[in-house]
Amino acid sequence: MSFRVVVGQGSCGIAAGANKVYDALAEQLADSAVGLGIAGCIGMCWLEPIVDLYEDDTLTMRLVRVGKADAKAIADACKNGDLSALSALAITEEDAAFLTEQTRIVLRNCGIIDPESLESALQAGAYTALKKVLAEGDGMSPEAVIACIKESGLAGRGGAGFPTWFKWNAARQSPGEEKYLICNADEGDPGAFMDRAVIESDPHALIEGMLIGAYAIGAKEAVVYVRAEYPLAIKRLLNAIAQAKAAGLVGENILGSGFSCDFRVKAGAGAFVCGEETALIESLEGKRGMPRLKPPFPAAAGYWQQPSNINNVETFANVAWIINNGGAAFAAMGTERSKGTKVFALTGKIKRGGLVEIPMGRTLRDVIFGIGGGIRDDKAFQAVQMGGPSGGCIPADLLDTVIDYQALAATGAIMGSGGMVVMDDSTCMVAMAKFFLDFTADESCGKCVHCRIGTKRMQEILSRMTEGKGKEGDIELLEELCVAIKDGALCGLGQTAPNPVLTAIRYFRPQFEAHITEKRCPAHACTALLQYRIDADACKGCTLCAKKCPVQAITGDVKKPHIIDQARCIRCGQCKAGCKFNAITVA
Amino acid sequence: MQCECAKQSSDLSLMKDVLETYGAVPGSLITILQQAQAIYGYLPMDVIYHIAEQTGSTPAKVLGVATFYTQFRFQPVGKYLIMLCNGTACHVNGSERVAQAICEYLEISNGGTSADGLFSFSIVACLGCCSLSPVMMINEETYGSLTPEKAVAVLKEIREKEAAVQ
Repeated sequence: MSFRVVVGQGSCGIAAGANKVYDALAEQLADSAVGLGIAGCIGMCWLEPIVDLYEDDTLTMRLVRVGKADAKAIADACKNGDLSALSALAITEEDAAFLTEQTRIVLRNCGIIDPESLESALQAGAYTALKKVLAEGDGMSPEAVIACIKESGLAGRGGAGFPTWFKWNAARQSPGEEKYLICNADEGDPGAFMDRAVIESDPHALIEGMLIGAYAIGAKEAVVYVRAEYPLAIKRLLNAIAQAKAAGLVGENILGSGFSCDFRVKAGAGAFVCGEETALIESLEGKRGMPRLKPPFPAAAGYWQQPSNINNVETFANVAWIINNGGAAFAAMGTERSKGTKVFALTGKIKRGGLVEIPMGRTLRDVIFGIGGGIRDDKAFQAVQMGGPSGGCIPADLLDTVIDYQALAATGAIMGSGGMVVMDDSTCMVAMAKFFLDFTADESCGKCVHCRIGTKRMQEILSRMTEGKGKEGDIELLEELCVAIKDGALCGLGQTAPNPVLTAIRYFRPQFEAHITEKRCPAHACTALLQYRIDADACKGCTLCAKKCPVQAITGDVKKPHIIDQARCIRCGQCKAGCKFNAITVA
Repeated sequence: MQCECAKQSSDLSLMKDVLETYGAVPGSLITILQQAQAIYGYLPMDVIYHIAEQTGSTPAKVLGVATFYTQFRFQPVGKYLIMLCNGTACHVNGSERVAQAICEYLEISNGGTSADGLFSFSIVACLGCCSLSPVMMINEETYGSLTPEKAVAVLKEIREKEAAVQ
């Protein structure tokens, strides 16, 4: 019987202290037979750092919220072969249900294999699909690969949901010798981290999917465009490419089949618009990342004006599974129109936040209240934001909406790349709309007028609403601008920029009206609209608030009720935070 | 004719290897700029002129690309670059108050560098660690589940550590 200790080392785990836990374990286990290794991200971010204990390659115990002080106890237990002393650290059944409720295809190996070891990936079945495709004699033709993907119904997981086979086929049919396969790993949607987790935890799944895609379209060069904010993902991807190359899985004459494909990784430089495929191509060519007019589509004239195909990380990560299990098995999951699974990054005011992969067709309620465990501190659910700056907020009465591309689009939000940010009633929806407009106005590349100036005007209107300066007719003006920008903008960034505002107005109009007519923020979130008051009955006249106030807005004699000068008050909230008698109210 | 701002005196020989490797490869401008920033800590104007000259481009073109992307800086930064995430999840979980506390402690605003030259502060787009929101990155290290107090404590610790070294 031999034990192996595995520390989860995704970016989230490391931020929670997984490195320190690993170092402490390494010290404790230095001269023992107990093995020590790393894994990527299992997706149970709220429990990080996570340490898995394997006994003869079987997971016997999962320890959660491990600190470096626990290292000795873990090491001792593994050396003795008696894990009972660790039961206090073990994951609870309730938390463990987070995983058993899911169907993991994209995340199949995430958090299980060692992301820095090809050996570990091969043991988990990596590259079997590639071998099947390239097998001498009974392999698959590029057309057969495309047919298999068509049968699966796989659609672009970056958000748009365009059929993958169609893009592959168009690039294959497009005349030209030089063709390129590009992976969009410029995961810019705030609130989304699925792609980072896949690259950090199972980089070979991406490489294998891309190799099969390159074979299908006839590309000899594959490029991964990763955002620069993901240093660990870039490091692990480069490492995996080097390993695959050394093993003859990448490069010239792969597996002796005559098919060749080289890989390159390009680090983005921080521009949200580069998630748009033609802007990404411009950026790859070393230029400002400004979208091109379509047509021509990248399948006809993309990278260096050659036929190119761009898919998102999650799309590629599905490919090997589909080839191995057949298109029909994938299509058996999901709804009539949306097939397979989707990965979501569940965050915000949620009890169990992390990565969730479920078959299409489950409801939002299932994900948020089932798998996610509901709202933190048992507060009231207000909305879930899907699709980031291109998506929208879905309110409580639509929680039974099923997850598929069309049903979500009908709410005014979109499937998006998978960010799911849950909000309770402390979030102001006007401020939320402003937050997204701040973002898109800032990230607009400036090429087309509708996006450049339209988002700016919308941002100004939303800003004045949150400052109590909103005017009658502002809501209608916003709606008018939204329609114009949707119709007039050049690329996806601009065309979808109004979505967060439109859904907020559609479902939370009373909040907008309260800001404009009553100069009141129902969520008590817009600072400029708050009023701090001292309850004369509760105030003991201890003078603490007057001392804390940075602008001397509070006056009053000792042991007598104090008052706040509203004209002076800067609404910093320090008086309320410091009051021992709960005498200060905010409205 | 060169404008005054290019009359700096950066050690341009440091760029030799980078330009030899990427100078003639089409589409490498962003990579070259990234490497230059890694060398100098920011993009000095004379380096931009140098890159333009060596790659057969124009300073306007190179600067145009550099200013498009948020990663590139044109001023030197402090030894520790604090990047506070302002993604949706961090925003919902109170990153604004953390930003305020950091700015007050360092007596700077977003984009500024502290008087002792130790810290630069920048509010950035989503860092992708949403489950630990609010999050900040200081150089390569990530700190999660921040409160205003916790964030300031991290900065204090770094300051003390630096003071002890000197």
